[in-house]
Amino acid sequence: MSKKLYSVFGLLIVAALLLAACGGAPAPSGDSSPAAGDTAAPSTGGDDAAPAPAAQTAAQGETLAAVVARGHLICGANNQVPGFGYVDADGNFSGVDVDYCRALAAAIFGDANAVEFRPVTAAERFTALQSGEIDILSRNTTWTLTRDTELGGNFTATTFYDGQGIMAPSAAGFTSLADLAGGSVCVQTGTTTEMNLADAFAAAGISYSPVVFEDADSTFAAYSEGRCDAVTTDKSGLVSRRSVLADPSAHVILDVTLSKEPLGPMVRHGDDQWYDIAQWVVFALIAAEEYGITSANVDQVRATNTDPQINRLLGNEGELGAKLGLDNDWAYNVIALAGNYGEIYDRNLGPDTPTHIPRGLNNLYTNGGILFAPPFN
Amino acid sequence: MASKQHQKTAIPFWRDERTLQLLGQAAFAAVVLFFAYILIQNMVNGLQRQGTTLGLTFLRGTAGFDIAEFSIEYSRSSTYLQAFLVGLLNTLQVSAIGILLSTILGVILGVARLSANVLVRGLAAAYLELMRNLSLLVFLIFWYLAVFLKLPRVAEAVIWPGQIHLTNRGVGLPWGLPTETFETYKLILLAGLVAAAIVAIVLYSIGKRTGKPPLTVLWTLLTFLAVAVVGWFALPAAPLTLDFPSVQGLNMAGGKVVTPEFMALLSGLVLYTAAFIGEVVRAGLQAVSKGQVEAARAIGLTGFQTLRLVVFPQAMRVIVPPLTSQYLNLTKNSSLAIAVGYPDMFYVSNTILNQSGRAVEMIALVMLTYLTFSLVTSAFMNWYNQRTQLVER
Ligand SMILES: N[C@@H](CCC(=O)N[C@@H](CS)C(=O)NCC(=O)O)C(=O)O
Repeated sequence: MSKKLYSVFGLLIVAALLLAACGGAPAPSGDSSPAAGDTAAPSTGGDDAAPAPAAQTAAQGETLAAVVARGHLICGANNQVPGFGYVDADGNFSGVDVDYCRALAAAIFGDANAVEFRPVTAAERFTALQSGEIDILSRNTTWTLTRDTELGGNFTATTFYDGQGIMAPSAAGFTSLADLAGGSVCVQTGTTTEMNLADAFAAAGISYSPVVFEDADSTFAAYSEGRCDAVTTDKSGLVSRRSVLADPSAHVILDVTLSKEPLGPMVRHGDDQWYDIAQWVVFALIAAEEYGITSANVDQVRATNTDPQINRLLGNEGELGAKLGLDNDWAYNVIALAGNYGEIYDRNLGPDTPTHIPRGLNNLYTNGGILFAPPFN
Repeated sequence: MASKQHQKTAIPFWRDERTLQLLGQAAFAAVVLFFAYILIQNMVNGLQRQGTTLGLTFLRGTAGFDIAEFSIEYSRSSTYLQAFLVGLLNTLQVSAIGILLSTILGVILGVARLSANVLVRGLAAAYLELMRNLSLLVFLIFWYLAVFLKLPRVAEAVIWPGQIHLTNRGVGLPWGLPTETFETYKLILLAGLVAAAIVAIVLYSIGKRTGKPPLTVLWTLLTFLAVAVVGWFALPAAPLTLDFPSVQGLNMAGGKVVTPEFMALLSGLVLYTAAFIGEVVRAGLQAVSKGQVEAARAIGLTGFQTLRLVVFPQAMRVIVPPLTSQYLNLTKNSSLAIAVGYPDMFYVSNTILNQSGRAVEMIALVMLTYLTFSLVTSAFMNWYNQRTQLVER
């Protein structure tokens, strides 16, 4: 009897704790915002008589305030994918997704190191974001409708255009999906990958058996032991993980693409200011590359430049920073401390790295890619 | 005078221990309820903020992912609920087989611990010590990566007599394939069960009446087996044909392929739990006092009879309660399956949680399922305890 009672009570506690963190944050003063909208519900508070420009709710601005009060940013990152999010033996994080968080910290604090990285697995990441354990999720996460709505997140921008690929030992000589008929494919749980794999094989009418693991390390360990004929994830992930296999040259990435995987940083629903900051930091990185501003020449450009667009970006002119709730030299700090998009890319995925990925779509629209930042006006 | 004395004996209610106890309990209950209220409120608020409400209707949605091992029909277009059931059945399957094997091994270990042979006793003790100091998770990963994935690749499969294929894609075993007479054979087996039940009841009542219990279990089993064997050969064609595994294309086909994920999980769970069951069995056997055995021998019972009629029934009373909790442990420990890629209930629930975003519902569902396992087990334990309680005079 009492045992039963305890169990029921325990159940309640755990269920509530699960959401306690996000429930514990200050509640919006208006009604809770509707399911699909990141438009905050209009405030009903009488004291907020000021006319329209921003119908502020309490949730609005809550994240930036919390981050500033804390003194550093908490970034949900990957620790197993070199070039994107990886932690080395000394505990240093590196990768494009990681550098994005550094850029965000630079925009807020003028210090690219004011960021704490929390490794999250594919399956944990959305809960970590929802519950407020992390301020931002920057971990090769694909933008999908469900994640943008039901999972309570908002994608800010695409930082890496990718597609799902398949890697197999070169010796096997596979060239298409059909070659894998009846075989086994290693895949990681909690990913879009897992679903796309099922979709692609079902659509092609080919039978296969999935072998599913919790994180990238065990997925690729099983693959390299020969448990599977092939392994699948984002092509970027394949290039990255191939670089840490025993003999990278013994594995090929097949010339098939199973899906579209636009990867980018994700924030929680309900705080538009934070969303805007996270989004415009991405645009600042892209715009800086477009204008040829790098960490090396940013001081010189700031001193000598005459282009009003660039002046606004670097805070020489106008109040763009204040509109985001940041210092006016936010973008200057981003470029000076983290570099522009191209610099970050080359540092982690450039030709001199073991995880080299040609820029392809991830190039400026002026260079044959599709990166395009809205104007800084 | 009298009234004065009366006043002295009447304790005011605020000092009456019974009222105080009642009040204390009421206050505690109020605190508990208050906290429960806050927690639930908190959760509902949080959910509302996310724009979701609680509910289980999402379980009817399309799962969209594949599962490697399933014993009911399943594909990517099945529902979340079906996916959950697949996981549940996988959990039950590995637990049931695990319980059976760990019991057998555990009994051997328990008896070995009491052996007169120093080597046997020492080995059993060392084994227990090893398992006690091991993390089950590490042990499972060891079995998976260092043992089963180290078996030869499919192309180089090692073939043992009987076409048993050893590969790191799984162990292929010959397996019975039902023929057209299989349905009839199932009926024969059913008849066998009925016959065995009748034999059991008759023998049991004879034992009651005469006070000399015959070997009930043995005869019951023999009856069933006899019917099964006679039935098999009486049919025009054998109900099952042997299907042998072979390497076809990239994987094995035919027979029964037991995956390395399943084997790693099973081996880890069995070897780990057996150590603890061994201790339970040893404690149970030692709990029967020597005097009982001596008395049994003194009234002329044979060694076997002593075991069966005196030692065993008394030891069981001590063994069964902790044994059931070991069984429960094994079942709950099977939730480590994801570490070796076996799709048990916990793993499937996690996937559903992740794809649907329904964290509260899925965690509640998982907890309720494990809670049900626990309650069923303790119900059984209570029933067993009541049945075997010493009737004191
Ligand atoms: N882009 C896909 C897949 C991302 C993903 O999780 N990839 C894996 C395989 S490369 C990974 O990063 N694993 C690292 C980990 O779990 O720590 C998604 O958002 O679902």
